[in-house]
Amino acid sequence: MQFFGGTEISPSPPAPTASGNNAHMLYIFNRNGICLLYREWNRPLKTLSSQQDHKLMFGLLFSLKSLTAKMDPTSVEKGNLGVPQLPGQGCSFHSFRTNTYKLSFMESPSGIKIILVTHPRTGDLRDSLKYIYNLYVEYVVKNPLYSPGSPIRCELFNKTVDQYVRGLG
Amino acid sequence: MTTAKQSQVTKNARTVRMQWLMDEIVTGFEVYRSGFRFQSCLDFVFWLKNAELFTLTYGAIVRQLLTDLEEVEEVNKQLDQMGYNIGVRLVDEFLEKSNVSSCVDFKETAEVIAKVGFKMFLGVTASVSNWDSEGTTCSLILEDNPLVDFVELPDNCQGLYYCNILSGVIRGALEMVSMKTEVTWLRDMLRGDDVFELQVKLLKQVPEEYPYKDDE
Repeated sequence: MQFFGGTEISPSPPAPTASGNNAHMLYIFNRNGICLLYREWNRPLKTLSSQQDHKLMFGLLFSLKSLTAKMDPTSVEKGNLGVPQLPGQGCSFHSFRTNTYKLSFMESPSGIKIILVTHPRTGDLRDSLKYIYNLYVEYVVKNPLYSPGSPIRCELFNKTVDQYVRGLG
Repeated sequence: MTTAKQSQVTKNARTVRMQWLMDEIVTGFEVYRSGFRFQSCLDFVFWLKNAELFTLTYGAIVRQLLTDLEEVEEVNKQLDQMGYNIGVRLVDEFLEKSNVSSCVDFKETAEVIAKVGFKMFLGVTASVSNWDSEGTTCSLILEDNPLVDFVELPDNCQGLYYCNILSGVIRGALEMVSMKTEVTWLRDMLRGDDVFELQVKLLKQVPEEYPYKDDE
């Protein structure tokens, strides 16, 4: 609860650019690799068990972050590939696109990673991911019954996220 | 706090609130309030500012801990632990509202905590000083601390760090952004010093490691 500084209403969500079920999956990981949330709306092909799938996703992003920082042509200091990064160090990658899907990624300095897999023609989702982080703070972090580091079992949060994501273009 | 001190504190608080009410009437705040003002003159709780509620709640927690744990050192430790648990959650709210994107430079981090963090959650800003030569230790100076409004430490609680929750909050929050720190009080206004001084010492920065053991 915030006692000072006035009430800060969470910013209104970015306006949706198209209607319809566009998103495929959402993952939220914490800094220890624990999958806090996995939501699935449209995933016809599943090849791995959910545990393997989470590990793969986390590992992929962990390596991608390291790789993108190493390949950065504008950065002066180049750590060795595989050296763990401090929050905000190196460039931050935010999405990749294939012919069948687009994966958007956001990481907070506290290690909370939000991954959203959508239709390939989706625009820049950075603001939307920030809004989902906002929802996470409001519904999960501020919930006294939630212990940090454990999977999220908050129905209200799930519903709000579902509703918001369905409205995204 | 003893009951004599308790009632003294409550009496002081009530005096201050009466004063505040009178000030409000004199300076003439918003018109809609004036309708309620006279009606609820006796209802002090209704007009308690959020700040006072926060201060009194914190005071009640410390009082209860002193009753339950009796040992002042134990209370200090418990306040620090409570602060730590708050800090690990608070950091996400802070990061989300302040749009900070990197936590690599400890100097920058200390400034952000003092100016933005303290302002956001306590309503007051702190200043950063006393940097050591390596840039890993600094002091956060608080001249104004809402937690200690109306508080006087009685003689039997002289070892108590009343605001120890703050040291836990800072430690917990920094740990979540990969900084392991040690936070101690150097000066404490409740013990007769002129300001609150918190020393924050960066022990090490622990970047994210790949968490899964290689089992494939």
